[in-house]
Amino acid sequence: MSAATPLQQQKPTNQPAPWTRKDLVGLQELSAEEITLVLDTAAAFKDVGTREIKKVPALRGQTMVNLFVEASTRTRVSFELAAHRLSADVINVSASSSSLTKGETLKDTAKNLEALHADIIVLRHSSAGASQFLAERLEASVINAGDGAHEHPTQALLDTFTVREKLGRVAGIHVAIIGDILFSRVARSNIHALLKLGAKVTLVGPSTLVPREFERLGVTVTHDLDSVLPAVDVVNLLRIQHERQRKEYFPSLGEYTALFGLTKQRAERLKPGALVMHPGPINRGVEIDSDIADSSRSVILDQVTNGLAVRMAVLYLCAGVRAFK
Amino acid sequence: MNPTSTPPAPAPGATLILDCAAIERCLKRIAHEIIERNPDLSTVALIGIPSRGIEIARRLAAYITEFSGTAPFTGVVDVAMHRDDLHRHRLPPRVERTILPGDLSKLTIVLTDDVLFSGRTCRAAMDSISSFGRPARIQYAVLVDRGHRELPIRADYVGKNLPTSHGQRVHVRFEATDGIADSVWMSHD
Repeated sequence: MSAATPLQQQKPTNQPAPWTRKDLVGLQELSAEEITLVLDTAAAFKDVGTREIKKVPALRGQTMVNLFVEASTRTRVSFELAAHRLSADVINVSASSSSLTKGETLKDTAKNLEALHADIIVLRHSSAGASQFLAERLEASVINAGDGAHEHPTQALLDTFTVREKLGRVAGIHVAIIGDILFSRVARSNIHALLKLGAKVTLVGPSTLVPREFERLGVTVTHDLDSVLPAVDVVNLLRIQHERQRKEYFPSLGEYTALFGLTKQRAERLKPGALVMHPGPINRGVEIDSDIADSSRSVILDQVTNGLAVRMAVLYLCAGVRAFK
Repeated sequence: MNPTSTPPAPAPGATLILDCAAIERCLKRIAHEIIERNPDLSTVALIGIPSRGIEIARRLAAYITEFSGTAPFTGVVDVAMHRDDLHRHRLPPRVERTILPGDLSKLTIVLTDDVLFSGRTCRAAMDSISSFGRPARIQYAVLVDRGHRELPIRADYVGKNLPTSHGQRVHVRFEATDGIADSVWMSHD
């Protein structure tokens, strides 16, 4: 056995994690230091998945409620598995199976969950601000799993984590976010995270879905995908959300694919080593060609794996702050 | 840094217990004891408990290499996610990446830490390691044993036994991690 030298790289500090939030509502209010802390913590938690026993006792005895008022499979499952890996107990509540359909308000539902000693509430809701609303009213930790078109912080954290893991850094990396920016909470959270960590962001899509107003955030807006591709290190393709879109935003899926789909021909314009990302679920043949989704550039499945680590980190940090007595 | 000058005290009124030269003597003695207890050093891994246990693992590994010619594996074991006292910390303890050899089954793991107090950190470290595999044996090396155990745990290698009262605090400083000359201090809260 040879002497390993990883210790030279590791700079131990005796300080606690500089994290003081019981909730994670959005990335807009986080500092670059806080975002980096989540990513570093996630890197440590990612290794838990490679152990013989894929479970640590950090949140033993705590209860997490997945309150999903809007449908989701992958985010809910990812949070559920993250909580299991941390030894927390998990309850899933979906809108269709809860009293929300009987007219109970969100606040009353959440207060009832808290009366059952829920420690962490993971909320997915169709209204922007729903997580903030609950976070201000509950003792429990509230984690935003997507609120309307506002934010989806854990998705952006896992996207940023994947960029950092694959390219070694975030600062100076040029990311193109392509598609429906207007309705996308994923895009908003990504813009906040990437800009805070020093990346360059270009938004691409039809003018109806990528209005120029976004430039006020400090990003570049363009409607010409072909000119952007050779310059970027990462393309993050957003799903065309059939369920949200009305017809007036673009004429047809076919026309969208022709102008903004990442086809095989277009992908050839990318730099060698440029990454293709997608928050899923992917619409093969619409925003991305099947071949590209399965190519070596694609880190779509790495994103899923990293999402688990990022959510473990967020649950650990927020629950850690809330648990202090 | 001049090793003869006294470093700044970490707390008002703190007493210097070990200086740079005394720490070096302690660690060299522990290195010799590890060599003596483990005839096959190729199966020994020194695993540091964050934060300053990592520095101790690094120092012990350097001395063992110097004295025996065999360089032991050095690594890190995170204890933050294995603690049972998350609710007692105002801020969540920082989680570190665990670095262990791939197959633990034939290894002797020597856990290293700066101060042994309640024994709860050592328990968390052993729990953490057991989730990666089943090492042949685990030994425990500490720079200072200050007593007041809350669990049936003892160290195999001790740099200095330091009788303390509950209200006292032990501070360890390393040039490499703290930027302060190697020193061990005791103070009253």
